[in-house]
Amino acid sequence: MSTGPAVYLDTASSEPLHPAAQAVLEQALARGYADPRRLHGPARDARILLDNAREVTAEALGVRPDEVSFTPSGTHAVHLGVLGLLAGHARRGRRLLASAVEHSSVMHAGRWHAGRGGSFDTLPVDRTGRLDPATASEAVADDEPVIAVQSANHEVGTLQPVAEIAGATGAPVFLDACASAGRLPLPDGWAVAAASAHKWGGPAGVGVLLVRKGARWRNPFPGDDRVDERTTGMENVPAALAAAAALQAVVAEREEVNARQSVLVDRLRAGVAAIADTEVVGDPVARLPHLVTFSFLYVDGEAIVTELDRRGFGVASGSACTASTLEPSHVLAAMGALTHGNVRVSLTRTTSGADVDRLLAALPEVVHRIREEARL
Amino acid sequence: MTDLPARELDCRGMLCPRPVIELARRIDSVPVGSILGVVADDTAAAYDIAAWCRMRGQEYVGVDAAADGVPRYLVRRTDAPT
Repeated sequence: MSTGPAVYLDTASSEPLHPAAQAVLEQALARGYADPRRLHGPARDARILLDNAREVTAEALGVRPDEVSFTPSGTHAVHLGVLGLLAGHARRGRRLLASAVEHSSVMHAGRWHAGRGGSFDTLPVDRTGRLDPATASEAVADDEPVIAVQSANHEVGTLQPVAEIAGATGAPVFLDACASAGRLPLPDGWAVAAASAHKWGGPAGVGVLLVRKGARWRNPFPGDDRVDERTTGMENVPAALAAAAALQAVVAEREEVNARQSVLVDRLRAGVAAIADTEVVGDPVARLPHLVTFSFLYVDGEAIVTELDRRGFGVASGSACTASTLEPSHVLAAMGALTHGNVRVSLTRTTSGADVDRLLAALPEVVHRIREEARL
Repeated sequence: MTDLPARELDCRGMLCPRPVIELARRIDSVPVGSILGVVADDTAAAYDIAAWCRMRGQEYVGVDAAADGVPRYLVRRTDAPT
């Protein structure tokens, strides 16, 4: 059995647990077991931990503590965020617009909404995956839709002009901040937002729903009798506290980490572009610091991911043959990018220049061999 | 110039990237200015044939359908090296 890739380059799927989260998680597991609603000592203890997690998360994200709710996943936070913002604006209309490159959780929420009498349309993006605020503004027309847009794309790294889209449309904006939260400050202009702890080095099973003070949001699902009216079920208190500790650490480190990662991504972009018939995808400058995607013409996506895994590199792919749906990435398709032979590399906070150089050394030969086997 | 293909490749049942590989191997079989049709039911072909044209300096004309309804992608060979 393989013990896993020696060089893990898939943090955009899930970042390894941050050391700051590890220590907190171990302590909180022993202390944070009780139901924070109850009136006894262990419950008060759990409540203190939960409030602490909320305050730390709020401070790290630049929002108020009462705007923060913990959910069982980022996906659930997205569903609550999108559908709750629509529910809050149901009297104005039931139209949802989203960029064509949103995460599948937004797309699923949109289709769910459309299946229940609402409407859902996607807005085209440019070749870098960016939604032009003018495109959004035209689509709004005289309707009063809700707009869902991401802070940054999870597959290609391109940043979206969220504040400009909000300004140009005047629409209430749901922000999917899962790809960037912690790494970059939240943009302005949104009413409701979602993030996911395991994308920044917190544990899985912790999502964050942010509802701005005064935003019109209504729970679209059955409620519960919790301390926090926006959530259902008992919070995973130890995991929420560990997520908050990781977030705090990531924000404190980000200036240094982002600068280092950005240089490595630039090196990757240049090195990969030197391989014949290769397309490096996404905005080269207005992008996430740690992520790059490229596609190799004539190369099978599954073959290259498997071959890189064999050589100790763990990467992701948006190619159809690597997807559970067997459909190519809707992000790459919407950008008009090559969907086959796709590789997404996302760096951890400890990825070194030597790791990147090893990958760059391996790629030309791997690509060459797969193309040769295809008898080009 | 006509938009009727001079030649047609049957890529039914082939998965990505095979239809694009076949296209690359056979584009030389039509003269410059003529159209090669690629009949492919793989969903990725809808995006990747257009992307191949852009990357290889060929002209993506569009898509119609073969007699059995399978999409037929039309590529006009340019004088760019293939």
